[in-house]
Formats: sequence, C-alpha cells, structure tokens
Amino acid sequence: MSNAPVDNSRRRFLTIATSVVGGVGAAGAAVPFIASWNPSERAKSAGAPVEVDISKLEPGQLIRVEWRGKPVWVIYRTPKMLEQMKQHEDQLRDPNSDEAQQLDSAKNNYRSKREEIFVAVGICTHLGCSPTFMNGGFGEKVEGTADGFFCPCHGSKFDMAGRVFQNVPAPLNLEVPPYTFLDDTTILVGEEEEVA
Amino acid sequence: MATNYEEQNQAVDEPSKQPTGTVSSVVGWINDRIPMTRVWNMHIAQYPAPKNFNFWYLFGSLAILVLVNQIVTGIWLTMNFVPSAEGAFASVEYIMRDVEYGWLLRYLHSTGASAFFVVVYLHMFRGMIYGSYQKPRELLWLFGMLIFLALMAEAFMGYLLPWGQMSFWGAQVIISLFGAIPVIGEDLTLWIRGDYVISGATLNRFFALHVIALPLVLVILVFLHIVALHEVGSNNPDGIEVKRKKGTVAEEDKPNFKFHEYYTSKKDIVDAIPFHPYYTVKDVLGVAGFLILFCWVVFFMPEMNGFFLEAPNFEAANPLKTPEHIFPVWYFTPFYAILRAIPDKLAGVVAMGASIVVLALLPWLDRGKVRSIRYRSKWHKLNIAQFVVTFLILGWAGATPQTVFSTILSQICTVTYFMFFVLLYVYSKNEVTKPLPTRLTK
Repeated sequence: MSNAPVDNSRRRFLTIATSVVGGVGAAGAAVPFIASWNPSERAKSAGAPVEVDISKLEPGQLIRVEWRGKPVWVIYRTPKMLEQMKQHEDQLRDPNSDEAQQLDSAKNNYRSKREEIFVAVGICTHLGCSPTFMNGGFGEKVEGTADGFFCPCHGSKFDMAGRVFQNVPAPLNLEVPPYTFLDDTTILVGEEEEVA
Repeated sequence: MATNYEEQNQAVDEPSKQPTGTVSSVVGWINDRIPMTRVWNMHIAQYPAPKNFNFWYLFGSLAILVLVNQIVTGIWLTMNFVPSAEGAFASVEYIMRDVEYGWLLRYLHSTGASAFFVVVYLHMFRGMIYGSYQKPRELLWLFGMLIFLALMAEAFMGYLLPWGQMSFWGAQVIISLFGAIPVIGEDLTLWIRGDYVISGATLNRFFALHVIALPLVLVILVFLHIVALHEVGSNNPDGIEVKRKKGTVAEEDKPNFKFHEYYTSKKDIVDAIPFHPYYTVKDVLGVAGFLILFCWVVFFMPEMNGFFLEAPNFEAANPLKTPEHIFPVWYFTPFYAILRAIPDKLAGVVAMGASIVVLALLPWLDRGKVRSIRYRSKWHKLNIAQFVVTFLILGWAGATPQTVFSTILSQICTVTYFMFFVLLYVYSKNEVTKPLPTRLTK
C-alpha cells in the first residue's frame, strides 16, 4: 500500500466510468439473447402464396386453406346473405371498412373483389381465435341476421363480410388478405395482382 | 464484530467438542466447514413458531411438497417428451401408452399442476383472513405474489407442451393479450411466438422456459419467501406477535423451549413452540391427508371431468380450427372471466392484469392495525365473504360458454372483485375492531 492520500473524486470517476462501460457491455451481451427470439430466417421465408381451387365450392359453403400458418376462409355467399348484410349496418363498428384491414381493391360494401366470393383471414382481431361460421344459426346472436361468424373464445361477432359488430371485444373487422383471381375458379391467396 | 463471530462459532462448534461417536464426529467435521447444525437449529429445530397454528397453516408445506412432485415427475417426463411441433403430441401419447408407468408420471404432473393452485389459493386466502400481509410482512407477501406470477407462467407454458387443440388455442389467446399493448403490442407478440403464428418455435422456447428457466426462478423465489418469513416470524390466527420487546415478558411466561439465540437475543418470545418436532409432525399429518385426496384424483379421475385435462386437448393442435368452446384450465378462469366481461380489447386486458396486481398491493390497501379476521369488524367479514363468493362465481363464469347471463354476471363480479379492495381501503382507516388479546388464544 502506498501512503498517498485517497483521491475521492478520482475514485468516484473511475467507479462511474467502470460502471458505465460495464453496463454498455452487459446491454450489448443481452442483444443476441433477445434477438434470438425473433422469427428465424426459415420462418420468415415460409410465407409463399397458395392457390385455391374454388370450382367445387357450393353456395353457402366455406373452405379453409392454410396461408402463413393461418386459416384463410373462402366463402361462396348466397344472394340472401348479401341482401341481409345491408340491414344491420347501423350495428357495426366499421361498416365502411375505413380501418385498413383490407387492400383498396376490397374496400367496398362486400369487402371482396367479387360480390359472392369472400376471402378473409379466419382469425379474430381480438385474441386470435378462429371464429365459428354459423350458417343459418346466427340469428340467436344477432336478431334478424341469419348468417355470420361467432368467436367461441370471447363472443365477438362478425357479419358475412367479416365486419365486426358493436359491443364485442374485437376492435377491428376481419383481415382480408391480398389475393388474385388467376382464372374463374382459381384464387391465389397472398399476392395481389399489379394494378395496371 | 469479531467477538460476535466467535460466539456464534462456539455455538456451532459445540457438537464437534463431544467426540462420542462416528456420527457426531462427522457432523462436527461438516460443521467446521459449513453451518449445517446452525441452519438446522435456526430454521427448524429452534425456530419459534406460534403455538396456535390451525388447519390453514398446512398449505405452505403442502405447496413445497407439490413443487417437489412437479420437479421430479417433470424431469422424468422430459426423458420421453419430444419438444417439437411434429413430435410433441405423439410423444405424450407414447408416454401414456408405451412407457412403463408413463401414465402415472404424467398424471402426477398434470394433477400436481392443479393441486399446486389449490394449495396456493388456500395459502393466499389464509394470508388474507389473518392479515399476514400487514406490516412487517409486506415483502414476504410480495415474494409470494411473485411466486404466484411465476407459477401462472409456468402452468401456462406447460399447458402448450402436449400440443393439443386447447394447448394451441389457449396459447394463441394468452400471447395475443400482449397485442393489446399500444404501439409495441404486435411486434411483442411476434417476438414471443418467434413466428407469425404459434408454431414449433413457440413450443420449443416454452419447453426451455418451462423446464429450466421458470423452475429455477420458482425455487429461488420460494427460498427468498422462506428467508423473509423466518426474518419477520410467522403470523398466526390471532394476528398478534409472539416476539415481544426485550424485557417485556416475565420469566415464568416464557415457553420452556430452547429457541435459537438469533431470535432470543433480539426479542422475548411468548406462546411459541419449536417448528420441529411440533409442526413437522403436524405437517406430516397434513401431507398424509393431502396425499389421500391427491392419489384419489390421480388414480380415479385425473381429468376431473375436463377441469384438469380438457377434452379438446386429446386432439392434436389444428391451426385452422378453434375448438367450439375454449376455456383455460380452472385455475385461470376467475381472471379469464374478468377479461371476457369487458367488451373492449385493451380495457379487458388491463382489467385482468389489474385484478392480479391489486392483490400484490394488499399490504398498502389495508390500512388497519388489527390483522386477524377474528378481531376485525363485521364489515371486514362481510367484505371477505363477498370476495370469496365473487371469486367462485368468476371461476364458474370463466369456465362456461359465454351467454348474456354469464356476461352480465361476470361484469357484476368484476365490479365486486375490485370493490373488495376499494372498500377495504375506505373502512380500514377507522375500523371499529374488537380488543386484541395479550396472549395467544386456543
């Protein structure tokens, strides 16, 4: 031990400097641990579009296809379903689809490119359950509307265009994915044609 | 400081100075190197516990028993479980059908999860009725709440592992809760899942957290919980201290037991008995009673009519189809009912979080000086009674398909749940209480 007097300000400076450098080091060391929780390259690349053959789709029927691990519904809406959609618009949160839950090409009354064919991601915008298609039995949830979607998890309700009703936990309409009609009976889900 | 150290050392050295046999010389050899006898005496054989513990004081030791059960059966389950989206469901069936006693190990683990919450809820209720959270036991209560949180995370992540329908969609809902957080919500859920949907990536990280990270956290928290308990001393059904100011207890009132000088040097002790053998024997009786009930469930109704193991979970996870009715396991249903009661995404999530956080704030919401329900006002008794009824109704409502009736009932009970804490804060300031006894009663 030297007999030099203790220089407290120098000691404090060194303590602070060491702490700061050590803290930066600790924060840097945390980066790989936190970043490794992000989706891997493989998960990121697994989002290829899928083709759906709708030639055998009957009126009133719903088929599910998997796109990016999510259920995508393709529904052939009957004229009756399209008609009843106009009657409950005052009970909807976002009847005109102002929220960007669809591309502009599907921002219309039916939220679809063709009136009768409805394509949507079948995931409730509340907490991610897949709502149940109540074909003809929806009247018990919303009076006067025979068909719709009811989420079994927390009771959110959507009409046949995936528009959310008021007074349910889901905040937004169902998402309409980008899709393209390759021909009359084939849809490509996951890719929107270039608008010429 | 040095003399103090030597004194303590002498007490520890005592056994080694009586070399009467091989055992005591081995004990002495160890005691010279780690404080085995001192810790045993301080925390078990000479730990002063109030003499009036009742039925409600069994659940702490039972919780430790269940924790040990979960760790041991869990280690054995990992020997055959395959943590991948492709292999998980099949490996659980393999454990159930082909591994020798695999069914027993799994049912011990799945029933143990529910048993854990049974004893923890009863343990927390004990703390509520006897005011065990009040000063100076606030930190003890907070460690307990952290254990409760870690336990919920542990149970939730464990439930994903069998990769059944309820595993998948339950996890989907719970992880989506974080999506309600403004701005960062969506990115946060993506980060938690490690994929755009729940996938093998999610399963694998949950497995790692379930079998390594959270058990470590739980064990450390339990250790701290007990350290905090032994520092402030146990509360009791009368809610009065057995540790009194030095010099205030007459010699003839002091119990005829040897307590560790760590406690007697600071305080005079009254109406206490050593934890061992008195409460170790009592706890063994509790363990026997508990194991009878526990084994009855394990062997005769491990699914508990769908409350412990839910029917949709016997079907492999299908990302395209949500089961018609989806509920969490029973121990989450009261909080789930609060989430469902509120028809707004963010507000629902906030209310559910608040319903747990508010419990942690009990030591500061209760402004009373009298701890035990035995000596508190009838308002307090009514309030606790309504809280119990509320909790049970919420538990029921969260486990039934949502109807108009159950929604309104949940909304009413959400209000009464939070009213418990509001009312407590209001009346506890100037509460009319009965006079406290000076000594523990029977």
